[in-house]
Amino acid sequence: MDLYARRRIINLAVMGLSALATAFGLLWLALVLCTLLANGIAAIGPALFTQTTPPPGSTGGLANAIFGTVAMTVLATLIGTPTGILAGTFLAEYARDSRFGEVVRFVNDILLSAPSIIIGLFVYEAMVVHMGHFSAWAGAVALAIIMVPVVVRTTEDMLRLVPDSLREAAAALGAPRWKVIVLVAYRAAVQGMLTGVLLAVARISGETAPLLFTALNNQFWSADLNAPMANLPVVIFQFAMSPYADWQTLAWGGALLITAAILVLSITARVLASWSSFKQ
Amino acid sequence: MSPATARPLAIEPATRQEPPAGDIAAPEVPAVKAEIRNVSFFYGKFQALKEISLPLYDRNVTAFIGPSGCGKSTLLRVLNRIYELYPGHVATGEVLVDGENILDPGLDLNRLRARIGMVFQKPTPFPMSVYENIAFGVRLYERLPKSELDDRVESALRRAALWDEVRDKLRQSGLRLSGGQQQRLCIARAVAIEPEILLLDEPASALDPISTQRIEELIAELKTDYCIAMVTHNMQQAARSSDYTAFLYSGELVEFDETERIFTHPTKRRTEDYITGRFG
Repeated sequence: MDLYARRRIINLAVMGLSALATAFGLLWLALVLCTLLANGIAAIGPALFTQTTPPPGSTGGLANAIFGTVAMTVLATLIGTPTGILAGTFLAEYARDSRFGEVVRFVNDILLSAPSIIIGLFVYEAMVVHMGHFSAWAGAVALAIIMVPVVVRTTEDMLRLVPDSLREAAAALGAPRWKVIVLVAYRAAVQGMLTGVLLAVARISGETAPLLFTALNNQFWSADLNAPMANLPVVIFQFAMSPYADWQTLAWGGALLITAAILVLSITARVLASWSSFKQ
Repeated sequence: MSPATARPLAIEPATRQEPPAGDIAAPEVPAVKAEIRNVSFFYGKFQALKEISLPLYDRNVTAFIGPSGCGKSTLLRVLNRIYELYPGHVATGEVLVDGENILDPGLDLNRLRARIGMVFQKPTPFPMSVYENIAFGVRLYERLPKSELDDRVESALRRAALWDEVRDKLRQSGLRLSGGQQQRLCIARAVAIEPEILLLDEPASALDPISTQRIEELIAELKTDYCIAMVTHNMQQAARSSDYTAFLYSGELVEFDETERIFTHPTKRRTEDYITGRFG
């Protein structure tokens, strides 16, 4: 067999294996989506969005859980995004080669891979115990802590992709450093940074473990941030484990809802990212 | 080679800076805009410039030539202290601009860079519209009403011979211009804040011959108003565009003289070897 025939065969074999691996991964994703659709579609209806979680045996929806998840995710994003962006800016612009920056980066990477249940426990210890009760605030803080390292990492990575020549050009015009960062570097990196924030939001909106210890759950409508608050992940957890068929249907509906929301967020993030690379 | 052999040559032109009073037959000698005195430069422990002294004449183009790594770009980067963006980069000596030592540590860097504009080798348009690219620099110093800002943007673009090509594209991203247009945009941006000295770091080396020609024509026009210092790799460009030429070799100033004399009667063997293409 000559050299070129052998290369062609090896090429084909590697291509085949890669395609198989891809198909294997996609198969599970497709199965998850199909199962969710098949089981959850029955629960989707106006009632899901307008009525609160019912006691077993009566009809209801997930309005309070949807509100809770949105409220805590928004709060967490409001806390986590500025913190993460500022810290990422510090790492990329001010502490690039410093020892301190390296330490911060290392700690951030550890936080990035910390199991979320640990963060839930930490907030339980730090907030819930002292306040004496579960609360939406504690839930939002736990979610924010999960969000921060993701945003720090993407912000730093995106700012590092901004060429130094751009910073030099702005500095050469006499722009002070903060203007170089805010008006030029951020401008060049904004799509990537936004993508990072969206991915972080997608990540926290489905977190269950940290909320079990912090916001807990609430069977009733509550907008009080100082009280336990319903949320989709914990409701899904509770309803799916219950022996009641109507609760289980609602759990499927909630799961479908969360998956769809995360899908939309991720696709938005991807579109933003590709839009930015298109513009370069 | 010891610095001592280079120094007499460096000092030699300084004797020409005083116009001999009353001597009608003497050729017109331009005013000295900046005086580089015994400037050395260190990248950490590596000394990139060794006791460089030479004048920059007002309304003239001075070209820095020499093989890669000879320190010509470094010398240019000393003149607006852009090197200070990076830790470990240190310049010693004096650079007197209108009698004021700009290497004085107490000097306000942003003010200095407003007086001394710079254009880089690779075009560095900011990721914003053509209009905003110019307005960015102007806004750093002046708060102008919209109509005046429009005028400033237009006159800067005209000055850089770019207006006719972009007058309908002012709201378009600067990144979508061609390479040559981007470089002229950067020149317009530098000119818009009305500096006294323009530093050009191989402004045409990334451009095609036609764009290069336009940049050279532009340099010839701009020198009626500015003191221009230009780094170039291109011998012909130095010969065409500059009035004075400094030849640097491994961090030392080998020869500085009127461009015509450097290219016709260099006094140093190494200068001759370099400009005739025997090395470098």
